[in-house]
Amino acid sequence: MSLSILRILVIAVLGLVGVGFYGLLISRNLIKVVVALQILVKGVLLALVAAGSMQGQVNLGQSMALTVIVADTVVAVVGLALAVQMRRHCGTLDIQALTSLRR
Amino acid sequence: MVLQILIVAVTLVCAFQALRARRLLISALWLAGTSALVALMIYLLGAPEVAVVELSVGAGLVTILFVFAINIAGEETLPAHSLIPRPLSWGLVIVSVLLLGWFTLPRLLPVFPAPDSTPFSQVVWEQRGLDMLLQVALIFTGVLGVVGLLVDHRKPSHAPEGHPDGNGLAQTWEEK
Repeated sequence: MSLSILRILVIAVLGLVGVGFYGLLISRNLIKVVVALQILVKGVLLALVAAGSMQGQVNLGQSMALTVIVADTVVAVVGLALAVQMRRHCGTLDIQALTSLRR
Repeated sequence: MVLQILIVAVTLVCAFQALRARRLLISALWLAGTSALVALMIYLLGAPEVAVVELSVGAGLVTILFVFAINIAGEETLPAHSLIPRPLSWGLVIVSVLLLGWFTLPRLLPVFPAPDSTPFSQVVWEQRGLDMLLQVALIFTGVLGVVGLLVDHRKPSHAPEGHPDGNGLAQTWEEK
């Protein structure tokens, strides 16, 4: 892998992490928060495989990326189930409805 | 080289559109596109096994879960203003990305040693066996969590009207 492709990958990783972090900060909809978390984890996944590929240990990077995919899917499933329950109990998906201390 | 630049650009556009889309369903579809393009990038990096898993799980299963959850919860248009002021959030994002780049770039400019010839299955099952156990535990935790969360705790409405506590028949008998 050449150095220029490495630069492109670093831009992709930083861009995905930045977009995901921005989404986590500005989203009020709980399902959008899960979407932002997914985007952030995509960046981390790409970083793991790229780091493994650069160090000549691509299979180690793949193995760790596999764990991240499983954990990310479980987080998404639980987050979406929380969103469904929040819609049932609070009637909204707005995360501000969860802050009962400010009322 | 041009192909990689194109893929990265389209990936970032998809990711940004996933956050900008007003409808949640459209947002889920943009996320699926992001996942598919990330899987393509991973495949081009020489990691086909994880690329296949990412394509099937990230772009397939997770998208179906999103569509399912959006169907149950319904679309909702919330006010556009965020809890944190937008300039502050942009500043935080730029600072965090710069810090991330600052700390990772020196470590990302090494060596390119000779490729390791250990097969993927050997790495997964022998070197990273604890990770596999952790994944199994995570899957069971996720299943139990979802079953616990999706169960409806409301009482079934079998009681006659006017007696929500279910003692309708007994009270009617006493009244007679």
